[in-house]
Amino acid sequence: MQKNKDKSMFKASWSYNEAPESTDHIQIKKKYDLYINGKFSEPIKGKYFDTINPSTNEKIASVAEATFEDVDAAVQAAKKAFESWSKLTGKERGKYIFRIARLIQERGREFAVIESLDGGKPIRESRDIDIPLAANHFFYYAGWADKLAYAFPNRTPKPIGVVGQIIPWNFPLLMAAWKLAPALATGNTVVLKPAETTPLTALKLAEIIHESGIPKGVVNIVTGAGETGTAIVNHPDVDKIAFTGSTNVGKYIQKVTAGTGKKLTLELGGKGANIIFEDAAIDQAVEGIINAIFFNQGHVCCAGSRLFVQESVANNVIEKLKSRMDTLIIGDPLDKNTDIGAINSKKQLQTIENYIKIGLNEGGEIYQPDCKLPKNGNWCAPTLFLNVSQSHRIVQEEIFGPVLAIQTFRTIDEVIEKANNTPYGLSAGVWTQNGAKMFHLTQKLNAGVIWGNTFNKFDAASPFGGTKESGFGREGGLHGLKPYVKFD
Amino acid sequence: MIPNLNNLPVYDTTGVNERIARFCTRSIKSSSKVEGLKLALSMIDLTTLEGKDTIRKVQQLCYKAMHPHDTLKNIPTVAAICVYPAFVKEAKKALHGSDIHVASVATAFPSGQSSLEVKLLETKFAVDQGADEIDMVISRGQFLAGNYQYVFDEIAAVKEACGKAHLKVILETGELDTLDNVRKASEIAMYAGADFIKTSTGKIQPAATMPVTYVMLNAIKDYYLKTGKMIGMKPAGGISTSKIALQYLVMLNEVLGEKWMNKNYFRFGASSLTNDILMQLVKSETGIYQSINYFSKD
Repeated sequence: MQKNKDKSMFKASWSYNEAPESTDHIQIKKKYDLYINGKFSEPIKGKYFDTINPSTNEKIASVAEATFEDVDAAVQAAKKAFESWSKLTGKERGKYIFRIARLIQERGREFAVIESLDGGKPIRESRDIDIPLAANHFFYYAGWADKLAYAFPNRTPKPIGVVGQIIPWNFPLLMAAWKLAPALATGNTVVLKPAETTPLTALKLAEIIHESGIPKGVVNIVTGAGETGTAIVNHPDVDKIAFTGSTNVGKYIQKVTAGTGKKLTLELGGKGANIIFEDAAIDQAVEGIINAIFFNQGHVCCAGSRLFVQESVANNVIEKLKSRMDTLIIGDPLDKNTDIGAINSKKQLQTIENYIKIGLNEGGEIYQPDCKLPKNGNWCAPTLFLNVSQSHRIVQEEIFGPVLAIQTFRTIDEVIEKANNTPYGLSAGVWTQNGAKMFHLTQKLNAGVIWGNTFNKFDAASPFGGTKESGFGREGGLHGLKPYVKFD
Repeated sequence: MIPNLNNLPVYDTTGVNERIARFCTRSIKSSSKVEGLKLALSMIDLTTLEGKDTIRKVQQLCYKAMHPHDTLKNIPTVAAICVYPAFVKEAKKALHGSDIHVASVATAFPSGQSSLEVKLLETKFAVDQGADEIDMVISRGQFLAGNYQYVFDEIAAVKEACGKAHLKVILETGELDTLDNVRKASEIAMYAGADFIKTSTGKIQPAATMPVTYVMLNAIKDYYLKTGKMIGMKPAGGISTSKIALQYLVMLNEVLGEKWMNKNYFRFGASSLTNDILMQLVKSETGIYQSINYFSKD
């Protein structure tokens, strides 16, 4: 019989009209100040920076740049607030946190649109994943606030004090929720710094927190770039640092906090192994590969950026993967049909493009679907690299973009060895319909989070965090309380 | 020859459901919606399969098939009428001059619990009466008992009896229990000579579902990649609104793509879907929803 494997055979013909989420219901101010001691106040040195819409590179708003003086004011406010906040009963603290959770839900649509505007992620994700999960996190930890004695039986957990929290640009509101909720539930006060490219939803959150009536100084939100972060990390009155971001910055923070008595948790980079066995449900595994690497444009620390496919099914999986990639819709983050949005910043786009160049120079075979990218803004087509090995830089280093490196393997021991052959240890995924094999792998893989027959799933009740150079400490679940308490 | 059934892809229900959820959140608006609605209308097998059917009832349905809504310009007719063998001749006569096909169920529809001999006779009868398409049912009892060769041979024999008529093979997925079984039955049907594979008779719940259809579309895709032969797909039963129909079309669009996006390779087995599509089309033209009383019920 005739064999026609023309790739365009399965090309979608029905193109969907634009379906943009409306933006008329959102409120964005032209200028955002710092949230310190229950007030929105101008930065002492009066400096502001622009926050940009990465899908157009147009300015959205001016945002205050906090210097050491501002950070100091925030820390002092938090220190003062700690005296009464830490003595409040858990039940009372929980009330405020529940209120914040409900307010996020009520304004979910507004949060989702702003998250997509400021960060470039598709509205489908901000609407269905980021914002609901953020609300969930507050609900979850609000529930723990008056039950801490049950979380740590026969011990008396006490809050640590002033907590400095520094969060990344990939899940701006969600990361703020991951940091704030457990800290508040355990009775700490907070100085939080959102990333300089995506400060808007954290500043919106500041408005909600203000509305919740939480005592002044309990939560302070200061915006700025690396220098603002440095001021928090080095402030002598900060008792604990919680950082999510790059491994390099994480190493710096660990160095400068060493010997200061500051407690520390780090959630850093990753190079997650996504392992497809020949006995997996292949079509669902292909879908899992897409979710593992193209979710949030690949700006995910736990992304499955190293794909290992068993050689007996490799051709099949790769063909199906390419065919699936051809149907992905790349474009306006606010369009409800968009699968892949804009790269978060010019700088990050340069990093990704540089890695693609490195991959090509190293001799990797590249595949990108034939998709039209918008002219303005920061865009990167979903990218595969075939014929690469553990020795390639694009396999070793975190790219933090929609770039997947594919290797094949033959035996279980081989894939375990290769999956663990990385300085990182954040996430891994295993795809097999064989339960025994699944449990064998989850025992042997050295990663903080391992998904079975799925990828990139999060829940407030489930602890998240890494091993090795992916950091330490857990966020979420019962485990997520521990970094915010001390015992006598 | 019966294909190797030991090495078939397996399905993870959770994963399939997640994929379906993605199809269902596609937002189909304005002109792409009208395009989709017209396409869906052109793919309908307008169906009446009841014990109380009569010649007059079938004639009325045939007129509806040819004139879905005469006040709307530029709309297609439906693809086919689907009836019991006893009404094929009259339906053919009523549809004379149009290109609407007559599909007939056969092979002891809906249970399929009869002898091969009877099934072949019934098939031949329907074809002799003028049926363009035969919708047969597989022997689910034999399938679940593991007698795959029996199921395969039966389909192949019916295919032969069909002659020039197209063969749609109904798997009755509501009785097959698992997605893996649906895949297996699809494989048997395609290799045995099916021109279309179809989900359901409409007599068993659940009838067509998106997960089941998704598995069958994937089977069709893999079969095409192996053999170069295009097989059609017909979900039937339970698709009663435009919204659901558009979700199926999104799935078809993103799994099999443009070559399958026409009535030669995709059908909806439905009775009440037609008027809902018409109502949406009138709304897109006039901007207002009209009362259901403005749409003829035949």
